[in-house]
Amino acid sequence: MNLMGENIVTEDGEFIINMGPQHPSTHGVLHLKIWLDGETIKRVQPHLGYIHRSIEKMSENLSYRNFIFATSRMDYLSAHINNEACALCVEKGLQIEATPRAQAIRILMGELTRLSSHQLWWGCTGLDLGAVTPFFYAFREREAIMEIMEETCGARLTQNYMVPGGVMYDIHPNFQKRVKDVMKQVKDNLHEYYDILTGNVIFENRTKGVGYLSAEDAISYGCSGPTARASGVSCDIRKWFPYDGYEKVQFEEILDTGGDCYARYMVRMREMSQSVSIIEQLIDNIPEGDFQAKTKNVIKLPKGEFYQRVETARGELGVYIVSDGAASPYRIKYRSPNFSNLSALDHMARGSKIGDLVAIMATIDLVIPDIDR
Amino acid sequence: MSKEELKASLTALLPTATFDETGEFLNVIVASGDMLPLMQTLRTNKEFDFNYLFCLTCIDWKDHLMMVYHLMSKELKHILVVKAKIADTVNPEIETVSGIWKTAIFHEREVYDLFGVKFLNHPDMRRLFLDEDWPGWPLRKNYVDENMIEI
Amino acid sequence: MRSLLEISFSSLANYIHAGLISAMGDGMAALVTEMVIAGVCLILFLVPLCFFLGYMERKVAGFMQLRLGPNRVGPKGSLQIVADTVKLLFKEGLTPDSSDKFLFNLAPVIVVVTSMLVMAPIAFAKDLQIWDMSIGVLYVTSISSIAVIGILMAGWSSYNKYSLLGAMRSGAQIVSYELSIGLSIISIVILTGSLKMSDIVMSQANGWWIFKGHIPVIISFVIFVIASTAEINRAPFDLTEAEQELTAGFHTEYSGMKFAMFLLSEYINLFVVSAIAATLFLGGWMPFHIGSWQAFNHIMDFIPSSIWFLGKTFFIIFIIMQFRWTFPRLRVDQLLTLEWKYLLPISMVNILLVTLMAIMGWHF
Repeated sequence: MNLMGENIVTEDGEFIINMGPQHPSTHGVLHLKIWLDGETIKRVQPHLGYIHRSIEKMSENLSYRNFIFATSRMDYLSAHINNEACALCVEKGLQIEATPRAQAIRILMGELTRLSSHQLWWGCTGLDLGAVTPFFYAFREREAIMEIMEETCGARLTQNYMVPGGVMYDIHPNFQKRVKDVMKQVKDNLHEYYDILTGNVIFENRTKGVGYLSAEDAISYGCSGPTARASGVSCDIRKWFPYDGYEKVQFEEILDTGGDCYARYMVRMREMSQSVSIIEQLIDNIPEGDFQAKTKNVIKLPKGEFYQRVETARGELGVYIVSDGAASPYRIKYRSPNFSNLSALDHMARGSKIGDLVAIMATIDLVIPDIDR
Repeated sequence: MSKEELKASLTALLPTATFDETGEFLNVIVASGDMLPLMQTLRTNKEFDFNYLFCLTCIDWKDHLMMVYHLMSKELKHILVVKAKIADTVNPEIETVSGIWKTAIFHEREVYDLFGVKFLNHPDMRRLFLDEDWPGWPLRKNYVDENMIEI
Repeated sequence: MRSLLEISFSSLANYIHAGLISAMGDGMAALVTEMVIAGVCLILFLVPLCFFLGYMERKVAGFMQLRLGPNRVGPKGSLQIVADTVKLLFKEGLTPDSSDKFLFNLAPVIVVVTSMLVMAPIAFAKDLQIWDMSIGVLYVTSISSIAVIGILMAGWSSYNKYSLLGAMRSGAQIVSYELSIGLSIISIVILTGSLKMSDIVMSQANGWWIFKGHIPVIISFVIFVIASTAEINRAPFDLTEAEQELTAGFHTEYSGMKFAMFLLSEYINLFVVSAIAATLFLGGWMPFHIGSWQAFNHIMDFIPSSIWFLGKTFFIIFIIMQFRWTFPRLRVDQLLTLEWKYLLPISMVNILLVTLMAIMGWHF
């Protein structure tokens, strides 16, 4: 293990330890500088920028059709939802709406993505806490979903399926049947997730009371998604500012008041069931029609600013496009959910132990490329 | 509050503010010196109660920089966009809002890193993504890098 | 076939002893040669054993995780571990520049030697024991305590913050859990009245202690299995090697042959701890008899005693292996809380119960 950075022993007897950027349990290249007093954490300082690719600057030279696909690489576990946000923002500028069929397909793909992202999160949470087996059980269902994506969209991870106006191709003829089979498999196996990890005494001891985040702090730090909902903050964009037909779908916003790691864990587990129920509502009711609304070949947004918010698997993603009438955006800003969730890490981890820090990072569910963009 | 009520209250609060109602949200444009008192009022006053800052960024308009703050109130459910115009593009400076919303700590470091705007009284004014000794401010329109290739 | 397996090991030992004395005369030479033969036999037994344990671990892990485990190298993947060991032997053995060279090289030796030493009093089959000393049980607990020194040496001499943290945690863990192990072992010693391993096994001729001693001995057995899993640094108590937190703990800086020795000692410890549990609680090499069912007992006697012993040992090894792939890891303060606030008080109360049971004759 290469100890990077200074090894400063401060006067109080603290010492500094580096965690990352190559570390099995920071989910991506995250470099944390931890001030330790024995086993207790005094301060955590993240160092970012190891995967900064300047997507925002790059997008200023791409056309309005192309810049969408750079966002698949941001939060790659919710690639569909990122693309959907960009496509919706462009549609807002053009003042068109996606066709009903496209909207239903977008919701289905978004919920499948959310489900597979939460499954990977569950497997990795078990892995970080030392239980190796949940990882394989999580990937069993995730593989099935990835194969469905591959059949329809052509890729497993960075699907590049959303375009302004709708989706790029129509769904594969096998799509509905396969999704129904997978949903049956997921529903049968979801109780296994609870059996293996949730009810385990050791797991509960490692997550209950750890990493408390109050509701006011969650709002002040800008946390969103399950991280904030576990502290009682209602922030599901699908309910607050519905898009793409989410107002017509029945689902619940999962809130919990615990504010600790266990609450964040339970919120995500219950969100998985909600995703399954949304998919089941729509899978037989996809409207017929066009899968793409007509747009010009070269899209030019009128002068102005457009902001679109969506709910990714990790929280609220905001796409802010400033246009001056050209064929490329003048300025794009991605308000990424992981960026704000990470800023609360220092607050949550002070006073706990290193093992707790691992548990907190596992339940916040960070994806680092989304932070660095 | 609706857009008209917000506009009326803000005009009463700060007569020099201008408004832009062409977009989805109400935009209020102020000078950079007036920004911090306005923000404090927006946070503490119960009529506004903007407790959720969900986007903080900067736009480079070549002759001036525009700081953009997207604010929302979780209880009263209204959204406001505050824009602060920084006229000085050589040494841009503005007050920090990280004392009001803690999410601004990271966001302002990012703006400093990419645009060069110094935030006065910020608890930790350092670059966020790039190295400490990186020359220039990459997201500015006049940024030149010898490694950039013209395609 | 059966006569082959039931060779009287004592007659074999006597034969070799007589042969050596006639060749070298009755003195130090013969004694030393006998010791060397015993040592070589032990190592020849241990190395394939560790290969088998490593293979078993990976296959058990695979099947518990919905996958197959190694199945390419050799028939059904059995040569995978051999390949891994050969790879380890060929690796460069790096010694960090600023480490304490003497301690750094000594640590794995201490750890491996203490694990092998504990094999001495274990009875593998009828009459097959390396050294049936009168303090067998005491010897086992005391020698296994020396391994802590090896681990602390490894962590300290690596000159690495992570290794030191891992070694400190490991030292605290092992020292704490030895108490529970000792108390569990004492409960059987109370019932048997002797520290000698062969006496303990013979006292189970009319039934294993776990059945004869019913509730208190079952409690002792459970505590013994839990505490010994912690003692050998296996999951869920493996935070000294927690990759997710400290990147391999006290043996971070070791590579090549020395690392192989740490791995070897871990598997030998696993075998030893299961063997002790099988001997003390499950009857050692005693077959499974039920009261006066003559025909059943006769059939059970048919199976050779070494098979009984190995079967029981591997049953406990299998249970301990399953722990690793089921439970998440405990945090260091939860681990010590478990020992000092739960296991130790329960063990102490249990000792009182066992003593009461032994005095009043309430066991079978």
